Amino acid sequence: MTGGMMLLEILVAALLIIGAAFTLIGSYGLLKLDQPMKRLHAPTKASTLGVGSLLLASMIHAFASGDASLHELLVMAFLFVTAPISGNFIAKVHLHRQRGGKELPPPPEEKTWATYAEQ
Amino acid sequence: MSMRLTRKLLPHPLLSALLVLVWCLLINDLSLGTVVFGALLGIVIPMATRAFWPDRPKIGRPARLVSYLLMVIWDIMVANVQVAMIVLFKRNEDMAPNWVVIPLEIRTPEAIAMLAGTITLTPGTVSADLSADGHALLVHALDAPDPEAVRDDIKTRYERRLKEIFE
Repeated sequence: MTGGMMLLEILVAALLIIGAAFTLIGSYGLLKLDQPMKRLHAPTKASTLGVGSLLLASMIHAFASGDASLHELLVMAFLFVTAPISGNFIAKVHLHRQRGGKELPPPPEEKTWATYAEQ
Repeated sequence: MSMRLTRKLLPHPLLSALLVLVWCLLINDLSLGTVVFGALLGIVIPMATRAFWPDRPKIGRPARLVSYLLMVIWDIMVANVQVAMIVLFKRNEDMAPNWVVIPLEIRTPEAIAMLAGTITLTPGTVSADLSADGHALLVHALDAPDPEAVRDDIKTRYERRLKEIFE
């Protein structure tokens, strides 16, 4: 095995461990945090840096072994576009459930938040 | 006449180009057949969905958009480590979760969508709602003893740059 190959394998292994660690911390946060809105913060980590470095590892491995593929870039792009939308939906569900309960800070211009607005 | 025809055939040139690129990446191949089929999709899909997207977003400075994306990726990495530390080592009682209201200066829907997405992707903050008139964002922060600082940070770091790009 050449030195360059060895270095690449170490890089790929390191990226895999970093990605796995962040995904694990994301899942642990889901268990540990104690309020619905706080829990929402944990998975956003897993889906950005966690999956990001796993995909980067996959890409480097594919390039090193000769059959280069750019599918990982697409996965990352789709994930980055869709993750905020699902996060926003969960937050909206939470806002509906606590309607009339704990007060939110009002918006600055004397109107209500879109989720509470009358149609 | 020809201007109007292009507008009708290609209501969103950027979206069409993006569709061709995504199609080629999906097939993982850059042969003539793939590009032609991608171009076909790039023409049909924007035409079919034109009713949902009447305005054409203007990107004033594409180079700034690239540097903005790079900055966001860097911020995601830094913030990930910070939030991982909070999750691992801070007790639940010691955290200060807080709602943050961000009054918006940007008005373009695309720019607001991008700001909200950026806020959610950088860990530690999640954008939860928009005010009914679209002039303020409601953001939840995981550990923010000082909501004003979070607000000012988002406004100067992200909103100012998006305003330069889109408006």
